[in-house]
Amino acid sequence: MRSLIFYIASILIGAVLFGFARWLGNDYLFFAGYTVLQFVVLATAWNILGGYCGYVNFGSAAFFAAGAYSSVTLHKLGTNIDRYFPDSLAGLAHAILPLPVPVLVVIGGIVAGLIGLGTGYLTLRLRGAFFAIATLALAVVLQTLIVNWDFVGGSRGAYIIRPAEVPVIGPYIQYLFLVMLILAIVAIITARTIEQSRLGYGFATIRDDETAAEACGVPTLRVKLIATTVSGALMGMAGAPFPYYIGYLEPGSAFGLAYTVNSIAMPMIGGTTSWVGPLVGALLLGILQQIATVTISSAVNLLIVGLLLVGFVIIAPKGIVGLVKDFMRERGPEGSTPTWRTRLAAFANMRPGAR
Amino acid sequence: MSFELLINALIAGVLLGGFYAAVTVGVSISFGILDIVNIAHPAFIILGSYIAYIVNQTLGIDPILTAVIALPGFYLLGSMIYQVYYASFEKRGQDSMRGLAFFFGLLFVTEVMLILAFGVDYRYVQAGYIDKTWHFGFADIPFRMLIPCIISLAMLGLLQLYLSRTFTGRAIMAVSQDQLALRLMAADPARIKRIAFSISIATAALAGAFLIVIQPIEPSVGREYIGRVFAICVLGGLQSLPGTVIAAMLLGIIESLTATFYGPSWAPAVSFGVLLLTLAFRPAGLLGR
Repeated sequence: MRSLIFYIASILIGAVLFGFARWLGNDYLFFAGYTVLQFVVLATAWNILGGYCGYVNFGSAAFFAAGAYSSVTLHKLGTNIDRYFPDSLAGLAHAILPLPVPVLVVIGGIVAGLIGLGTGYLTLRLRGAFFAIATLALAVVLQTLIVNWDFVGGSRGAYIIRPAEVPVIGPYIQYLFLVMLILAIVAIITARTIEQSRLGYGFATIRDDETAAEACGVPTLRVKLIATTVSGALMGMAGAPFPYYIGYLEPGSAFGLAYTVNSIAMPMIGGTTSWVGPLVGALLLGILQQIATVTISSAVNLLIVGLLLVGFVIIAPKGIVGLVKDFMRERGPEGSTPTWRTRLAAFANMRPGAR
Repeated sequence: MSFELLINALIAGVLLGGFYAAVTVGVSISFGILDIVNIAHPAFIILGSYIAYIVNQTLGIDPILTAVIALPGFYLLGSMIYQVYYASFEKRGQDSMRGLAFFFGLLFVTEVMLILAFGVDYRYVQAGYIDKTWHFGFADIPFRMLIPCIISLAMLGLLQLYLSRTFTGRAIMAVSQDQLALRLMAADPARIKRIAFSISIATAALAGAFLIVIQPIEPSVGREYIGRVFAICVLGGLQSLPGTVIAAMLLGIIESLTATFYGPSWAPAVSFGVLLLTLAFRPAGLLGR
C-alpha cells in the first residue's frame, strides 16, 4: 500500500515537474534539467552497488559510455542500411531502424548490464579493493576499444543528427528530458524496491560483513552479481540517449572522469544507505554544477565536487541524510530542549562530550 | 616482423619496465604491504613531474636532482595524508569504501588543480642527457630511458635492503600481518604505517621526475598509470619488491611489443587487460604463494 502511494506520488511529481518546465518554456531549462536528471540516474545506480553492497565502482563512465556507444552503433547502422545489410535484410532493416530512443535505452541497459555481470564475475570473488581497481581498468580497456573501432568514429568521434521535432511532445530536447525523467523515476523506484526487499537485506549483510553473510547462507556471489548487473544496466540506460542530447560523441567526452567522480560524490555527499541520499546529492551537486558552469568555469565546478567529496568523506561519513537524521534525533538528556551545543554536536555528527 | 625491430622493442621494454618499477614501488608499499588503497599515487607522481618542471624552467636544475631534493617534502606530504587517513578512517574503523573515495577525491582534486594552474598543454624539461643515444650496431639505447631505469633499480635495491635489514623496515613488512606482535616488539603500528606510507609517497617525487624526463606530460597523464601501477602491483604479488621489478619489466616488454607491432593506440589496453586477466586467473601474482 505504501509502495503504491510512493509510485503514484513519484509519477505525479514527475508529471508536475515536466508540466512546470513546459509552462516556463525555456529550452535551456530542459538542457540543464536533462543533465541533472542524468546524474540522478547515475548516482542512484552507483548507490545500488556502492551504497547497499559496499563495493566501489570507479568505472561509471565505462557503463555510461557503453550505453551511449550502443546507441551510436545502432544509429550508424540505421543511417547506412544499404551499405551494411544484404539486400534480403534491407527491407526488414528499413522497417525497424532507426529505433526510437526508449528502445535504445533498453538496449543500452542490456549491453551495460552484461558488462557489469562480466566484470562482477571476473573480480567479485576477490577482496573489495580489487573490484574497484578492476572497474578502473575496465574503463580504460573499453575506451581503447572504442578509440580503435572505426565504425563508431574511433577517436574522431561520431555525429548524430537528431530530428528537430517529435510528434505529440514537440521539441526534441523536451522529448529527451521526458525520457530521462521517466528513467530517473524508474531508477529511484528500483532502488527503493531493492532496499525494502529480501535482496536489499542480502546487500546490507554483504556490506556489513561478507564472511558472516556467507556463513549465514546468503548466496553472496549471486547477490553481488545481481547488484553489478542492475547497477551497470541503469548506468547504461542513462548513457543511451546521450548521443542524441550532445549531437557529437567522442571517446573523451563519453568516458569523461566527471561521470565517475559525480556518480561517486553524489551518493557519498547525500548519504549512501537509502535511495534518498543519491537523489538529494545529485539534485544538490547537479544544480550547483549547472550554476557554477554558467557563472564560473567547468574546471572549477569539478574542483568543487572533488573537494566536497573529500570533505564529506572525512567529516560527515553518513552524508547529508545522516546529518539531518542525527539533527532530528539528538535531543540532549531526557527531553530537554536542544541547546546550541547539542545541535552543533549533532551537526558535526558526534555526541556531546565525546571528545 | 624484423629481427632488429624486435630487439629494439625488447630493449625499450626493459628500460620502460625499470621506470615502471619506480612508478609502482609506492603502491607496492601502500597497497601491497599496508593495505591502504592509494589510487591517488599517480596524481602525486604527476605532482612530482610538475615540481621538476618548475624548478627546471626557473633555475635550470636537473629534474632528477630536483626530485632528490624534494624527497623530504614528499615524505612530509605523505605523513600528513596518512594522519588524515588514520584519524578519519583507520581509527574509527570505517569501512574501506570511504577510504577509497577519499583517495579518489584526492586524485581528482590534484588533477583539477594542476589543470587550473598549468592548463592542458604538454610540458617538458631540459637536461643534457635527454637527447643523447648510445648505438650498438642496430640497437639503440636512449639516455632518457636508460638513466631513469638505472636510478629506479638502484632505488628499489635500497628500499629492499631497508625493508629486509633494518628494524623499522622489518616492522613495516610485519605491520599488516600481526599488529599485536608488533606492539609486543615495542613498535607502534600507527607510527610504522605512517613511516611506510610517507616513504611510498616520497618515491612518487623520483618517479615523477623520471616521467617528465621520458615523455612530455599534462595533468591527466596520471590516469593511464593507475591501471599500469595496479596491474604491476598485483602481478608482482603485492608485497614483494623483486616481484614488482619482474612484473614491471614484463609489462614494459609486452607494452613495447604491442606498441611496435600493433600501434601505440593499443598500448593502454595492454596493462589493463593484464590486470583483469591476473585478477581473474592468478590473483596471488607471479611470485605469490
